Amino acid sequence: MSATDDMYQSVIIDHDRSPRNFRHIDAPSHHAEGHNPLCGDNVQVELLVDVDGKIRDIAFQGSGCAISRASASMMTATLKGKTTAEAQELFDGFHALLTGKQVDTLPLGKLVVFKGVGEFPMRVKCATLAWHAMREALGR
Amino acid sequence: MKDLRAEFPILATLSRGKPLVYLDSAATAQKPQVVIDAISDFYSHGNANIHRGVYQLSERATLAWDAAREQVARFIGAPDVNEVVFVRGTTEAMNLVAHSFLPRAARPASRAPVVLVTEMEHHANIVPWQLAGATTIAIPVTDAGELDLDAAERMLAEGPSLLAVVHVSNTLGTINPIAQLCRMAHAHGVPVVVDGAQAAPHIPVNIAELGCDFYAFSSHKTFGPTGIGALWAKREHLEAMTPYQGGGDMIDLVTFERTTFAEVPRRFEAGTPHIAGAVGFGVALKWIMALDRPAVEAHEMQLMRTASEQLSAVPGLRLVGTAAQKAAVVAFTLDGAHPHDVASMLDGEGVCVRAGHHCTQPLHKRLGLSASVRASFAPFNNHGDVEALVKGMHKVRKVFA
Ligand SMILES: Cc1ncc(COP(=O)(O)O)c(C=O)c1O
Repeated sequence: MSATDDMYQSVIIDHDRSPRNFRHIDAPSHHAEGHNPLCGDNVQVELLVDVDGKIRDIAFQGSGCAISRASASMMTATLKGKTTAEAQELFDGFHALLTGKQVDTLPLGKLVVFKGVGEFPMRVKCATLAWHAMREALGR
Repeated sequence: MKDLRAEFPILATLSRGKPLVYLDSAATAQKPQVVIDAISDFYSHGNANIHRGVYQLSERATLAWDAAREQVARFIGAPDVNEVVFVRGTTEAMNLVAHSFLPRAARPASRAPVVLVTEMEHHANIVPWQLAGATTIAIPVTDAGELDLDAAERMLAEGPSLLAVVHVSNTLGTINPIAQLCRMAHAHGVPVVVDGAQAAPHIPVNIAELGCDFYAFSSHKTFGPTGIGALWAKREHLEAMTPYQGGGDMIDLVTFERTTFAEVPRRFEAGTPHIAGAVGFGVALKWIMALDRPAVEAHEMQLMRTASEQLSAVPGLRLVGTAAQKAAVVAFTLDGAHPHDVASMLDGEGVCVRAGHHCTQPLHKRLGLSASVRASFAPFNNHGDVEALVKGMHKVRKVFA
């Protein structure tokens, strides 16, 4: 298997083809946009966060490459029901996974399929685009 | 045709563990050994600043610099070597013309200049005009990727300050009818700037036959080093233009009250230039001129035709740019697959192609695309390279279809 085959695992292709939570949220409490000029990827992330800091709903819209769509899709699936603090921790963990660093965070679960993207520094931004938008949204 | 692969040391390297299949010469060309050696030799045996020392080494560097300028002039058939200005590349050439010529070209002088471009221009032939305060209006491109010459005629009749047009499109491969456009423009008194970045590596260029006012190209796309290129301009224009940048080398006499400038073209070459780059540029152009050019052209055309035919057979693949007159560039899209994913998957097979908008965002918008994949050919490419590309695309389709 080549390094690229590893990047385009079937889970990623599946999420690219049928992205989860690819929609708008009626009255989001938080939202932000991300843009990657290399691929022309753009993503809008919307969240509905409870008063107690729980992510009740999270969705995304936009267009982009398979890596960015699949990453956004899997991010929304992972973060729904988590707290914003957990989301931040997962952000750190995901970032570390792609940049080959070790950090102790919550288990990344299915997100580890993105490890292969780390082999392609030019594409890391595609995989982290939605995550950065999510973090920016929560920072507001 | 002579096999040129052995002359390019980089072709012996691996990419992602596979033999390198380099199909991105339109972005930058690989360098033959003679060019690499010329640069190394300059730094090993010939390095000194030019026009400044009286000692032998400086004299030799100055002669090498002048010889490179003569080589550029020969390459484009310019009778007067002093009509060749060394610049960093096509981009800087356009900025130079925008800064130093455009203000004089506005008609009437009181009105903001209007630059007529085309929908297929590279950003380097759009943004400099806008930065210089001009309005850019664009000659439309047909679905096949050719210029609408009737529209061009109407737009020229409106009296723009300048026509700025690409000779060979870096995305579509279209070879534009520059000689005809120059005749049309000149009939309306409109000067013509030609972006020759992609033409210079593919087709013989003769500025007298083209009849243009300015012609720009980059060394790195003609098998030379990066950071150097040439702007050719009619002497009458150069004489009338204001300097571009100030500094050493471009002056005649400097006092705190007043400065007078050097003769053209040195007036436009402020500061210590990329001397070794010019030396490599000259050798690269000489290398091109020594090729059997009709044979090379035929070889590239054959690679392009084979690639176009075989790629068209990939289900869901659409070619972008099918002009009758084309250079060896094949752009395409694949249904259901983003161009960057296509390029990444091809990369996994050792195949280097470009993905994105190729610095032609307005063209992509015109064609209703956000991005495309582009394979571009050089004389050293062979049918094995085309095979690797086509095989790679079948694999990509299986994953994404
Ligand atoms: C058609 C065209 N014009 C202009 C340029 C700009 O050339 P450079 O980047 O060498 O200045 C390029 C190359 O990217 C090009 O393909």
